[in-house]
Order: sequence, then C-alpha cells, then structure tokens
Amino acid sequence: MTTVTVAVSKPAQKKFKLNVRDFGIVFGLIAIMLLLTLNTGTFLTGRNFINLFDQAAIVGLLAAAATLCIVSGVFDLSSTANLAVSAIAGVMITQHLGVIAGFVGALVVGGALGTVTGLIVVGTKVNSFIGTLAVSIIYRGLAIVITGGAIVAPLPEQLASFQTWTWPSLFGLTAGSVLMVAMTIVLGIVLWRTTFGRRIYAVGGNKEAARLSGIRTGSIHVAVFAISGLCSAMAGMILASRAGSAQPAMALGVELTAIAAVVIGGTSILGGHGAMWRAFVGVMILTVIGNGFNLLHWDTTYQQVVTGVLILLAVAADGLFFRKRAG
Amino acid sequence: MAIQQLDTPERVNRSSAPEITLSGIGKRYGASTVLRDITLSVAPGEIHGIMGENGAGKSTLLKILGGAIGADSGVVKLDDREVKITEPRDAIAQGISLISQELALIPGLSVLENVFLGRWANTGSLLRSGRDADHLERLLAQTGFELDPRAMAGDLPIGQQQQVEILKALARGAKVLCMDEPTAVLNEAEKAKLLKVIRSLARLGTTVILVSHYLEEVLGLVDRVTILRDGQHITTEAASRHTPESLVGLMVGREVDFLLPEVPPVPSEAKTVVQVAGLSSSRVKDVSFTVRQGEILGIAGLVGSGRSETLLAMFGADRTTSGYVRINGRRLRANSIREAIKAGMALVPESRKEQGLVMSRPVDENIALSTLSGRSLGGFVRVAREKAAVSEISHSVDLRGARRGSLIGDLSGGNQQKALFAKWLLNPPAVLLVDEPTRGVDIAAKARIHGMIADLAAKGTAVVVVSSELEEVIGLSHRIHVMRQGRIVAEFDRNASRDEVMTSAFLK
Ligand SMILES: Nc1ncnc2c1ncn2[C@@H]1O[C@H](COP(=O)(O)OP(=O)(O)OP(=O)(O)O)[C@@H](O)[C@H]1O
Ligand SMILES: [Mg+2]
Repeated sequence: MTTVTVAVSKPAQKKFKLNVRDFGIVFGLIAIMLLLTLNTGTFLTGRNFINLFDQAAIVGLLAAAATLCIVSGVFDLSSTANLAVSAIAGVMITQHLGVIAGFVGALVVGGALGTVTGLIVVGTKVNSFIGTLAVSIIYRGLAIVITGGAIVAPLPEQLASFQTWTWPSLFGLTAGSVLMVAMTIVLGIVLWRTTFGRRIYAVGGNKEAARLSGIRTGSIHVAVFAISGLCSAMAGMILASRAGSAQPAMALGVELTAIAAVVIGGTSILGGHGAMWRAFVGVMILTVIGNGFNLLHWDTTYQQVVTGVLILLAVAADGLFFRKRAG
Repeated sequence: MAIQQLDTPERVNRSSAPEITLSGIGKRYGASTVLRDITLSVAPGEIHGIMGENGAGKSTLLKILGGAIGADSGVVKLDDREVKITEPRDAIAQGISLISQELALIPGLSVLENVFLGRWANTGSLLRSGRDADHLERLLAQTGFELDPRAMAGDLPIGQQQQVEILKALARGAKVLCMDEPTAVLNEAEKAKLLKVIRSLARLGTTVILVSHYLEEVLGLVDRVTILRDGQHITTEAASRHTPESLVGLMVGREVDFLLPEVPPVPSEAKTVVQVAGLSSSRVKDVSFTVRQGEILGIAGLVGSGRSETLLAMFGADRTTSGYVRINGRRLRANSIREAIKAGMALVPESRKEQGLVMSRPVDENIALSTLSGRSLGGFVRVAREKAAVSEISHSVDLRGARRGSLIGDLSGGNQQKALFAKWLLNPPAVLLVDEPTRGVDIAAKARIHGMIADLAAKGTAVVVVSSELEEVIGLSHRIHVMRQGRIVAEFDRNASRDEVMTSAFLK
C-alpha cells in the first residue's frame, strides 16, 4: 500500500449572492408597475387590478400549459385551436343539456383533443412544432365543420349563468381570473414538487438520460399535451363566457402570445429549465404593458414593437446564459 | 515514422511554437473561486502535464487558454507578447487548439467536414473537397488513425470522435495543443497510438499541454508536470523528479491507497443471478453468459466491439432481435428498461453527457431521478428524504463541489462521473452494469469507486464491468469475456495477463 501525507488547504469561504438572472424579470415587472403608478392616477386602483387579472386570464392559462410543454421539450401550437373546438362544444352541449354539462363537456373535449395531439406527436415522432401546427389546422377546420362557420351561442335564458366566469368572486376578481391563478398555482406545484414534474424537467433536459433512468418519455409528453388541452378548454370557457358565444376563429394566434410570455418570464425554449412563476410574471408583464398603453393613451401600435423587443431581449439573455454554461 | 511525410509549410509552422507564460490567472464562478493566481510557463515543444484532483481547476485553466471561457484576472503571454484570448477563434489565430473533455463535433457532418470545419479548402466560394480529402489522407497517415472520411461524426464511437478532434487541431496547424483528458476515452491500443503521436508532434516543435489522471502515462510522457490543488498552483517540476506516490501526495494532500481492492473469491454455492441467452441486437450477436451472486464479470474489447451495446441490450435500452435475459430465474420482458430496473438492474452508462445526466438540473435531482417513486407520497417528492439519501450517497462517492442547488453541468467532469455512479447506487442494485465506471475521475476517487464495486459484489450484487482500461477489468473481475465485432470471442479467469487479453481482442 502506498500512502503519502500533505497538508490540506482550507475550503473556500461561502458568500451569499442573489442571482440577478433568476429574479431580474421580477424587478422588471415591478419597475414597469412603479412607472405606471407614478405616471397615471388610475393604475394602482382595485378596479384596474381586477381588470388586469381578467385580461390576463386567457393568456395566463395558456402560458401555464405552455410552460409544462416547453420545459418538457415540446411546443403546443394547437392550444388555441383546441380552445375554439372545446368552447364550441361547450356551447352546443349547453344548448341541449344546460350550462354545467356544457362546462364539463368543454373540459372533456379539451382534455381528449390534447391527448390526441400528444399521441399524434409522440406516435409519429415528428417535431412538435410542425406536428402541432398541422394539428391546429385540423382542429380549426373541425371547428368550422361543426359550426358550419357560424357563431354559436347558448339559449337566451341560459346566458346569465353561462357568463359565470365574468362574475366577481374572490377579492372581487372575476371567476375566470381566479381559475387562472388557481391553475397556475396547481401546475406550479406539480412542476416544482411532484415526481411528474421532475420527470418533465428530465425529459426536456436530456431525453436519453431520462429514458435510461426508466422514465416513459412518451407518456410524459402525452400527459403534458392532455393538460395543455384541459387548460385550453378552461380558457375557451372563459372566453365564450365573456363573449356570450363561441366561433371557429376564437383566440387566433394567442398561443404565440402565451409562448412569448413564457419566454419573457425566463423559461428556456431549449427545455429542461424554467418555472411556473416565470410564466405568470411574463403574462403580467405583457398585460401591464398593454394596460399602460391604454391608461397613458399611447398609440397601441407601438405596444407590438415593445412586446417584440421584449421577446428578443428575453431570448438573447437565454442564449447568453446557456452559452456561458456550455463554456 | 509516417510523420516525416508532412509537407513543408506545416512543418515550418510547427517548429515555431511560442513560449507560453501565464501570470496571475484567476477565475471565479459566483461565490466560488475556481482558479487563483496561477503563474506558469510552458516552453516551446514541451509536453507539459497538468494534474490535480477532480475539481482542482485543470479544465478551467485549459479552457481559458483555449478561449472557451474568459479569465477574471491575469495575463497570457506568447513569447513575451501579451495576447488577449476571449474567444476560441483568438486562440486558434495564435495557433492554440483546445481538445476539450466534452467533445464538440457536429454530429450531422462527416469526418472530413468536421476536420476542416469552417476552413474548407475553396476557390472563390466553391468548395474544393478533393483538396481537403488529400490533406486528410496525409493527416491520417501521420497519426495512424483509421477513420472513414465520409462517416458521420455522430455515428462514431467516442474514441474515434476524439481522433477527429485531434485531426481537426492538426489541420489548423496548431502550434500548441491543449488536451483535456484525451486518453480517458481511449482503449489501450489507441492510447499507445496517441502517446506516440503526441511524442512525434512534440519532436517537431509542437507544444502539448495535457491534463490526465493517469500517473504512469504522465510520468512516461511529459517533460514537466504542474500540480493544481483547489484552484491553486502547487508546483511545476520535471517529471523525472516525481514518482507516482509523490504526484498523488501533492495532488490529494492526504493518505491514499490507490491500488486495486482485494476482490474476494465467489463462494462456490453462490447462485446464478444473471443469465443472458443468445442476446442479439443490431450491434451484438448471440451473446450468452451468466453472472453469479457476488461475481464481477469484466467485458474487454476494442471501442465498437459491442461491449457497451451488450449492456444496453441487457438493460432493455437497445432493441433486441432475439435472446433473453433472466434475473434470478425470472425472464425479463424484452426492451423494457422499467422492467429491468424493477428487477434490480442498474446501468451506469458510458457517456455521462449523452446518456447519464440532465445537465440543466440540480445535482440532487439528477441523483434521485431513477428512484423517484421510491421516495414519493401521492405523487409528491419527499424532499427531505431525498436530500438525506442523496447526501449520504454523495458522501460515500466523495462528490465534491456541489453547493446547494448547483446544477450538475457546473460540476467538474470527474465529479459528474461520481454523481452518475451515485445515482445508480441510491437503491443498492441486485445487478450492476457499469460502463467505464471511472472515466475522468481522479486517482483517489477511482480507488473509492473500485472499492465500492468490490463491496457491492461482496454483499451479493452481480456486477458486469466494461472498461477500456485493461488493468481495471483484469484487477476487478473474477472472469473476463473479450468481445470482438459484437460477439464474445474469448473467456479468461482473473489470472489472465494483459497480453493474453489484448491479443484476443485484436485478432482478426
Ligand atoms: N459554469 C460553472 N459554474 C460554476 N462552477 C463551475 C463552472 N464550471 C466549473 N465550475 C467549478 O469549477 C471547479 C473546477 O472545475 P474544472 O472543470 O476546472 O475541474 P477539473 O480540475 O478539470 O476536474 P476534473 O478532473 O473532474 O475534470 C469545480 O469545482 C467546478 O464545480
Ligand atoms: Mg476536467
């Protein structure tokens, strides 16, 4: 046996340092809110906040689902097409069986369509971006087929209860906002603390390593798409409830806004990295900016420019971060 | 030697390697200082070894020299001329090429395209791949590597991918070659070939800076050796003044027993745990063997001989076309990793980056990944239990450098390997399949991992070890199978000599 002895040096001292990248985006949101508070008399009012959350409900639900998808390494571009189909289905069921059955029906349809999307993407092994794009075209087409291209609405006497989701509830927030916040929290906990959440991160971060760890990567993706479908249906209910009707072109393009919100919040589009609170912060930033343009009576054309710049900044920060890490 | 065939311009290039002087190089990541005040000079044409424990900062130092990362302080001088190296292309322009621990080829391009990446011979903007092909031909002759220029880089085994990296550096006319653990992924023959190539390059004036954990290799090859410990420069001395013991003492700073452990014989009444019968996949043919309780079976062979693929097929990860695996008499469903894991099988895969770890996630989460459901309640991870289990196993593999929440991608290569090992020991397996268990780990950690494998066997685990290091296979195993072209071609007991095993692996 060979043994040698030499002195060991002391371990390095520990220091505390707040990671700017981790929470920088929160400061961004706070900064925008401060600016608006100082420059308008109406921003920091209960009414405006109720309004803000209500505006954020649709994108918020879609962004929460998009976070699960993106972290697991897939995109779901079919989410708003699914939203339209399930909202239409919800309205049609309402006409025959009543409002409650309509809402339940919408959820069932949304979840089922999401599962189908997942099975298609996993089964065909096509890139999810292209796969869900194709699926979204199919679902929009389906929506036109079942409505004949027309607007569908619940019966006049059902309308009041059909619009439940616009009613004030907890803290005066609309029921739709509360649903969005609740789903964000639930899915956030799922991602953060459950075995399912861990597996989502693993599959998105390194699919082969996940597979060799005994994770059924296909099942994880199907489940994620199914959840995305459920969230789409919820968003569809709220939207239909607000409009008092549903139609095939509902929420066209909003799936991209949701993805933008996720990215602005700081979740990596490369997968395996991100968190639910980031989606919420991203959604709030987009909503508050829109709100600010209104309150300040600015030309809303520029709002798009600002949103675009934000997305670029967020993605660039993401790239920089990963390049550093890879180095 | 083939190297004499180099054409003149390159030889001129090579003989003008600069003297490299690093002074006061420092690097921090957040709260941790990885390198502090490193001052060091490397003479032209010198083969310079850098040694140190896992996490000592060796790769970081090479990456700084190669421009992959920037230093926080200090200067780099080439022949007394201060140079700014902030990007890999700065280093390349100065004739410095970095071949890093994690290879960086473009998998979808051919060998030829990778070697001349971005600097393809051209007239105007027309590519002249014929000229590149001739050039590659000469480089292949010079190094003695056997590679098909048209093969897709991503399809090559790791050993050959690394040869492509070396060719890439040579094609750039590198005057300084920085290699981070180049031999860790090679088998004996390739290793010998590489060392020969390094020697002849140095004779022609190329400076080679080499990180390695192999004591004999370093002592036999390098002119001078630098020791780093905890990010600090300890010494730089002529290799001739060192012995393996003195190196280890300086690196580790404490007592180490780095000999292979005593592996107790398998009791004659030990029952058969693993039975592999006629297993075939696209890459292995009709493989059959058994492993008894407490037995360590070694599989030797060249890269690409089907060693790793045998393990993958057993584990259900590679699709099998015929044959089966029985664990304790129960036949496993084909192609089901989950069933293999349920039966108590564990696979420590060959490549930690591709197959083993989720680099974007924390260390704890990675280690716990394959045994998640065992520590959950109603779908929720029991974080406290997980933390306790992980910290215990981390301690027993001597995992270092992991602070709370640190990502596994931020650990040094050797520590990542330890984490990978820890992941599969979290639930003591009934059958342990290990592929290159000590790749990239330092001498002390290696002894520890060997000890753990021997311990597991002593407690009744059936172990299959694949390694390119013959000493490891021979020293650890009770029996050795040699594979060639997807088949088992020879069987030895533990008294086999290196030469016997080598010969049977090579026979055509
Ligand atoms: N991007 C990073 N962020 C934080 N810490 C890092 C990062 N990269 C490296 N480190 C830390 O720097 C230290 C030195 O790492 P380095 O890779 O240089 O070690 P090494 O000497 O090459 O070890 P090995 O023999 O295991 O390859 C390690 O403690 C590692 O955890
Ligand atoms: Mg290293």
